[in-house]
Amino acid sequence: MVNSLVHERTDKENLPPNTVKTMVEQAKVERVIKPAPPRYRNEIAKYIIRRSDDCDLCGKCVEACPQGVHVLKPGYKKFAAPRNYLCIGPSCQKTDHYCVDLCPKKALRMVENPQVKLLGDYRWTGDMILATWKMAETGDLPSPEYGYEYECGNSGGGFDRLRFKFPVRPPVELSEAEIDTSLELNHRNDGRPQIRIDVPWYGGGMSFGSVSTVTQLSKARAATAFNTFTCTGEGGYPEYLRPYDDHTITQVATGLFGVREETIQRVRIVEFKYAQGAKPGLGGHLLADKVTPAVAQMRETVTGISLFSPFPFHSVYSIEDHQKHMDWIKHINRRALVSAKVSTPIDVDMVAVGSYSAGAHIVHMDGGYGGTGAAPDIAKKNIAMPIEYAIVKVHDFLTREGVRDKVTLIASGGIRNAYDIAKAIALGADGVVVGTAELVALGCVRCGRCESGRGCPRGIATTDEKLSKQINLEWGAQRVINLYAAWRKQLVDILMRLGLRSVRELRGRTDLLMHLDYENNAGQR
Amino acid sequence: MPDKYRIETQPVPPRRPRIGKVGVVDWHEDCAGCHNCVKKACVYDLYRKESEYIRNMMDLDAIFFQCMGCFSCVQSCTKGLLSLAANPVYERLGNSYWTPAIIETTWSQAETAKIPVSGAGYGGPFSGPGFDSMWTDMSEIVRPTRDGIHGREYISTAVDIGRKPMQLHFDKDGVEGSLPPLVDIPMPMIIDMLPQPYRRPSLMPILKEAAAKTGIIMIADSRDLALLGNDFDRYLPNIAFYFGDGVTLLGPEILKKTRLAEISDSGDIDRRIRDLKQINPDLVVAVRVQLDAAGVKRAIELATRPGAEVVHMVADMNGNQIGVNQPKFIKDMVREAHNALVSCGVRNEVTLMAGGGIALAEHMAKQIICGADLVTVDLPLLIALECQLCPQCGQEVVCPAKIDEIDAQYGVGRMVNLIAAWHDQLIELMGAMGIRDVRRLRGELGRALFFEDLEEATFGKLFGTRKNR
Repeated sequence: MVNSLVHERTDKENLPPNTVKTMVEQAKVERVIKPAPPRYRNEIAKYIIRRSDDCDLCGKCVEACPQGVHVLKPGYKKFAAPRNYLCIGPSCQKTDHYCVDLCPKKALRMVENPQVKLLGDYRWTGDMILATWKMAETGDLPSPEYGYEYECGNSGGGFDRLRFKFPVRPPVELSEAEIDTSLELNHRNDGRPQIRIDVPWYGGGMSFGSVSTVTQLSKARAATAFNTFTCTGEGGYPEYLRPYDDHTITQVATGLFGVREETIQRVRIVEFKYAQGAKPGLGGHLLADKVTPAVAQMRETVTGISLFSPFPFHSVYSIEDHQKHMDWIKHINRRALVSAKVSTPIDVDMVAVGSYSAGAHIVHMDGGYGGTGAAPDIAKKNIAMPIEYAIVKVHDFLTREGVRDKVTLIASGGIRNAYDIAKAIALGADGVVVGTAELVALGCVRCGRCESGRGCPRGIATTDEKLSKQINLEWGAQRVINLYAAWRKQLVDILMRLGLRSVRELRGRTDLLMHLDYENNAGQR
Repeated sequence: MPDKYRIETQPVPPRRPRIGKVGVVDWHEDCAGCHNCVKKACVYDLYRKESEYIRNMMDLDAIFFQCMGCFSCVQSCTKGLLSLAANPVYERLGNSYWTPAIIETTWSQAETAKIPVSGAGYGGPFSGPGFDSMWTDMSEIVRPTRDGIHGREYISTAVDIGRKPMQLHFDKDGVEGSLPPLVDIPMPMIIDMLPQPYRRPSLMPILKEAAAKTGIIMIADSRDLALLGNDFDRYLPNIAFYFGDGVTLLGPEILKKTRLAEISDSGDIDRRIRDLKQINPDLVVAVRVQLDAAGVKRAIELATRPGAEVVHMVADMNGNQIGVNQPKFIKDMVREAHNALVSCGVRNEVTLMAGGGIALAEHMAKQIICGADLVTVDLPLLIALECQLCPQCGQEVVCPAKIDEIDAQYGVGRMVNLIAAWHDQLIELMGAMGIRDVRRLRGELGRALFFEDLEEATFGKLFGTRKNR
């Protein structure tokens, strides 16, 4: 191509038939939705029912409420604590079973729970957290009766100001079964295997050390159930993930913790982490308290000493070095696809095309507002651009260079729900990587204390023995499976309303989007 | 390699209980008295001293305000008696510019001297006014301009203050004539006079000591000389006296020992500079320009003609232009001045200092990217002493931080810690950008991302005209 920045590598590899693969029997996980009720006794509710002393235990409210908010156990002289989180709030007033009106003694009162405002932040609003919990519990979208505003956050920009322009009636009538949400990851036609994932997302890298064993396994099981992937992060490849080798991406990051030939050889995708959106230009952080003996052993370091990975790869200072890296991995594992995880500097388009030229199958961009287990606040807020800009920039550039269809573009850094996934794809990504949402499914409240002391008080991002016992694997895996199921349902619904047969048809369809801060008059200017 | 600039720090605990964002409210009534009360399971061991506190009625607030907001006890209590509430004291900290979050992080940096690190992705707004409408760039792989393979221990944050000739002329004996004086300080920060109503006489000796310990300079009003303490003599290299309108200069015994002086932009500034230089030819003289309606123009004018060696652009304490209806922000005003000086080809000859609204370490970096050589900082050093910027400061209300009663060791320790934490954060950002010298960060607009530009290039192209919000 004239004046192109792309260097094509057209050589097709002839893989030996006996290409190495995992030697461990792979676990099977059924894609079944089962209720996974909250693990805390008092799930945080959007609305609270208060009961005054005027109550005479007539039990009318118990009979009336189809949600089962009121609990009067036989033989008890008092109501048990109400299951407020089941209450659908003011939208109940229109029904014939609104307990506040039905109570003969007028002893009931409904108030909005002021604590919801304290939950979450601008990006993950209280409503979004509660709705995600609901999805993780039921495997379905929260009924609109609850009145959760969960499609968007409150950050005032990017995804939160983008909306789909849904036609009144879909241009094509499609049934749910006709809609394809799968995504192929190898577009290079280089003789390496094709990998197709059933949903256009996979799980982000969370290392052993930053999150608990149960968290890693829950993610792995959900990935297996949905025929997609999870990622080890940079903290080594724990043995317990071996039964999920076929759905695990192993990460090669600057710390190179636990990277060995055999760990590269057992997986189907290897990811180079050049940078992370939350701390671009900095290496991984694992603070001293979280370096427990087990973590230290895995990483071959010393217990109780903070680990700061270097930045950058000191073996990569040019695109040729980068290619050498890729070739090294490709040689060690002849059937693996290679992903380059990069951050979003101003010239992210050059980085993307360079990664492609060097042989990457997947270019994974992690936006400036991405998740992390520990990062300096100054880096989280200020370095590199938000993912929304980067997707458009890179998609357009790769298209102009004529290689858009030869590489898989994956976006991450602030993808919170199915709407974000759809918007990211409409802006030009092929698929996305999610992280924080999975943790929210496990009960994260975004208190932001993952990094210090014994780690997460909710037992998710911790390797503390006692804290991590709070979650049982069966439940954790089910929560993530349920969340994935709800997302897939929502994604299918979005595609149906837009009249698109497959998620691949949505890619780059910015014409289906509008931005609330713009006149949406492009082309007329 | 020259000696590394390193600030000695040690933790200086706060005098008051932490003021957290949320507090626990305990209903007590109806408590079942479980043996395995959820309070025992608190990861932060918040309730350990609860009974003691209640018995003595001392620091009762402390137990509520130390809460980290994980909701674990709230969600686990058998009877559901605990709940979290927004802490009204926290919400009243500071004001709309100096937000509670800024005050809280300043306090913790002043205590620990550490870079604030936390988990989870950034939870704040997408962008915002002022410094929040820009991001710094970072160095990705395959960037040929990256400063080699050196680590961050080689990053220099030193700056020179003064006028620099664009070229040297040589005669047979070497450099022809004498070079203009330069003041070099190890980090791009100077302590400015605190704005009213926050100027406390008792702080002068502490600021002076903090400046000396960190090797930087404090600007002090020459009329406040008496407040600096009896031993001010040996601190003079770290003090820059400010001479307001019509104020007579200090004597040569003092000025000869200082390196930098500042005058107000009034009267015959050329004559005042000449007078100062006559007393001490090695003195670098800055002119303080208030950024009012004509401020930027005036700054450019001063910088483009001989005379002033340093132009100190000062906005109001929130970084806004002074006395206009729709004020511009300091970073944009400095950028305007910087660009104008670049166009005239004189940018490297003069030093620009910028002050007003510098509240966080990131603001220092961003202000330098927008064209300042260094920044001047005021209120953060006061906040370091647990000040919470009460709007009615000094008006016969009891100071909640008892600023006038602090001892010097505490005050100096907290300020030095804050400066050290800022220095480390600057290095963190520069390391991420792959820039090895803060003098190269100045005006590196190509290595920053501005909200307006990115919006136009991305969404403007897709969605047309941006609405006026």
